[in-house]
Amino acid sequence: MLRRSIRARLGWTLIAFGALAGAACVLAPLAGSTPIRLRAVFNPSIPYADNIDAQIFFVARLPRVLAAALVGAALAVSGVVFQALLRNPLASPDTLGVSAGASLGAMIAITFGLDFSLLGLSAVPLATFAGAAGALAVVYGLSVARRRGTSAMVLLLGGVTLQVLLGAAIACIQFLADFTQTFRNVRWLMGSLDVASFAPIAASLVPMLAAAVGFATLPHALNLLSVGAESAAARGVAVERSERVALVSASIATGAAVSLAGPVSFIGIIVPHLVRLLVGADHRLVMPASALFGAAFLIACDLLARTIAAPLELPVGIVTAIIGGPIFLWLLFRRA
Amino acid sequence: MLQARDLSFSYGRPGDGSPNAIDGVSLDVARGAIVGLLGPNGSGKTTLLRILAGVLPARAGRVVIDGTPIHALPRRAIARRVAMVPQETQSAFDFSVMDIVLMGRYPHLGPFELEGARDRQIAREALAATGTTSLAARAFGSLSGGEKQRVVVAAALAQQADLLLLDEPTAALDLRYQFEIADLLRGLNARGGTTMVLSTHDLNLAAALCGRVVLLRDGRVIASGATSDTLTADNVRGLYGVDADVRFHPQAGHLTVVPVARAR
Repeated sequence: MLRRSIRARLGWTLIAFGALAGAACVLAPLAGSTPIRLRAVFNPSIPYADNIDAQIFFVARLPRVLAAALVGAALAVSGVVFQALLRNPLASPDTLGVSAGASLGAMIAITFGLDFSLLGLSAVPLATFAGAAGALAVVYGLSVARRRGTSAMVLLLGGVTLQVLLGAAIACIQFLADFTQTFRNVRWLMGSLDVASFAPIAASLVPMLAAAVGFATLPHALNLLSVGAESAAARGVAVERSERVALVSASIATGAAVSLAGPVSFIGIIVPHLVRLLVGADHRLVMPASALFGAAFLIACDLLARTIAAPLELPVGIVTAIIGGPIFLWLLFRRA
Repeated sequence: MLQARDLSFSYGRPGDGSPNAIDGVSLDVARGAIVGLLGPNGSGKTTLLRILAGVLPARAGRVVIDGTPIHALPRRAIARRVAMVPQETQSAFDFSVMDIVLMGRYPHLGPFELEGARDRQIAREALAATGTTSLAARAFGSLSGGEKQRVVVAAALAQQADLLLLDEPTAALDLRYQFEIADLLRGLNARGGTTMVLSTHDLNLAAALCGRVVLLRDGRVIASGATSDTLTADNVRGLYGVDADVRFHPQAGHLTVVPVARAR
């Protein structure tokens, strides 16, 4: 790997991880309570109206798989960006409190029965995104207020404090909720990819694409930033601008992912670590590879969640934690 | 090649009465020179280097490189002229040594440009010049302090800047590595003609390496000039409050400073 140029490594990385993600998107919808066959799905001689296999593939299962792909990619890349930004390999999309802000938004919408819709989105995902935006505003304020020369540690501590505060607010709202609301709150917090149509996916594409534009400008600068802000500046990186683009893009992507699927844990922390084991530390490889591998990983976790105890469908957040926890522990102690 | 005039800088907000970390400092660096910045902790050495590297904007005064004021240059353009070796470099991720050295090419690349064959060639030459070719595939985090410092110098060389700023390049190193880095810097200067400004607490290193020294106390220059004239017992006492025996050492071939006692 080392002898090859970055161009060749990027090419191979995109081909290998792209194939993995593509295969996951096509194969995952085939599995489920009713078995369907890929050949029948794409058989042009059967009109779509009569093609049950194609209908199950495209209407019943593909939205869920695409949602998993989007959420997995967004959380994985956000994790990479937060880790580089905070110069801490243990940071994740939850670290700065954006996930907690999103969750608080959802709890408020569910508990107080908010009922409105905008652009085809219902109250809960909208409130979730608003909660993420609120947390982002606080974190952004902290980052702007922090004085020159202050370490990333301050941002990290600020984020952890915010997370605790928001956790208390969530507990308070849950305390006020009645029996059925509590049930819905708890279910929401487990994370689920049970989307019924393409509409919520299309809506979440707007913020995700905005975040993707920000992400695209970052990889090379993140390499230099993760080695030290001062040496990055001395090599011509616009440090403050890059840090702000990183913070805002990663927070928007996280907010969009949480409003689509609820807080799905661990993706943002284990996917980047697994990817780094395979492609090295260069963010120009780690970011695209994490997006593709995150998509494939969450599709696989969701496949497990809806088939392992069929006809019962487990919330995907439980599966990612049960699979992700041991993997992460192994990674940690392998290093030590 | 570099002139700094009346530089001042404060880490406080303007007008809040906090003392200047750098206060009216002027400095001239001739092409091919090695200039040492000496001074006690908190005297402003690192701050001055940051200003010269264009990382911190001076509150007052200006820095001119080859006739161009640096505040008129974009960051990348400054980085193509001035490279900086920070006191310590730590990576949160497992970058290879080659990755770290290639980072020096950043100011030469366009926004989405990837390093090409020429950049890799320059990086290999920088590795060879610092004697780190055999480390290229190693993880940067697994290197010893001396090896890390050599690799970071290689990254600065890959930047192909005319001026190299080094912040206490031997501070964390044992005696042997101190000699190694000093030899490396002297060689780079003699063979490649690299101009250097380095800060250090090691007066003997400065005596061995630097043709000129600038003595900083409380952000002001208290003396500057040729090392043989400026590194005197009087100036050492003025700088650190320490009585020292300063004499030419025939075997070492340069002045040596032996601290004797705290000055009364």
